[in-house]
Amino acid sequence: MLHWFNQKFLSPKTFYTTSSSLLPWFIAAFVLCFGYGLIAGLFFAPADYQQGDGFRIIYVHVPSAFAAMAIYSVMAVSAVLTLVFRIKIAAICMSCSAQIGAWFTFLALVTGSIWGKPMWGTWWIWDARLTSVLILLFLYLGFIALQSVITDQQNRDRAGAIVAIVGVINLPIIHYSVIWWNTLHQGPTISQFATPSIAPSMLYPLLAMIAAFLFFYAVILILCMQNQILLREIKSQWTKEVLCYDY
Amino acid sequence: MTINQLIDMGGYGAYIWTTYAITLLVFGINLFTSIHEKRRVKKMIQQYWAQPSKLT
Repeated sequence: MLHWFNQKFLSPKTFYTTSSSLLPWFIAAFVLCFGYGLIAGLFFAPADYQQGDGFRIIYVHVPSAFAAMAIYSVMAVSAVLTLVFRIKIAAICMSCSAQIGAWFTFLALVTGSIWGKPMWGTWWIWDARLTSVLILLFLYLGFIALQSVITDQQNRDRAGAIVAIVGVINLPIIHYSVIWWNTLHQGPTISQFATPSIAPSMLYPLLAMIAAFLFFYAVILILCMQNQILLREIKSQWTKEVLCYDY
Repeated sequence: MTINQLIDMGGYGAYIWTTYAITLLVFGINLFTSIHEKRRVKKMIQQYWAQPSKLT
């Protein structure tokens, strides 16, 4: 049953053709969300009563941090699917996600650092949240380095999957670091919907930017996965066929 | 809001605009490398199917 499902819906060819038709929709969704989030966040959201206009960095910092963690979760799920069910697409998804995740983690650290300078008076501090996110970046880089040194495809997928699963332990540490330890980093901004700590005029652009970052991840993930699929399946007849109508 | 106020952003302009510029740069790098890689892979496949025996 699982084998049939894998062949029918998760085969590289099916994924390639389905993702090609989904790609324009993801691009459109990204442009819409990013456009709204950027304009509303920069020009229409009111200045924060404590941080003034400096808080506007939130519209790129929080989405990049959120996406960095979400991407690692996708990687971990893909790793389980790779190890347990040996699904090719999952292994490709895992490897492509690592590259994008590393960029988003880098972005979260850099934007956070730029925010920290005017707000805390320092670019960096060995705070629990900052340190755990730095560890996340090292996990991503370690995963990429490991995959680049192993030549055998199957061993590469397996070793990468193990690293991805082991690294999951860091996700709850990142999330709860501001609660477990007395940190300089502020508490969660958008996980307290029950008692909103952020005004709707500030919240909606933030949610739009988070969606935009996730759509951007989807777009880059699809492009990267399609590249890897084509490389792995170069000898299959269907690669020749798809190139005839592909953009 | 004047252009000067927009650039200054209440004294945080340098931080805010640098942050957004870095974000757009990262997005641009990701998009460019993905599209460039896709063109390279497609070219490779076209070469393969033109003369499959020559490519190992």
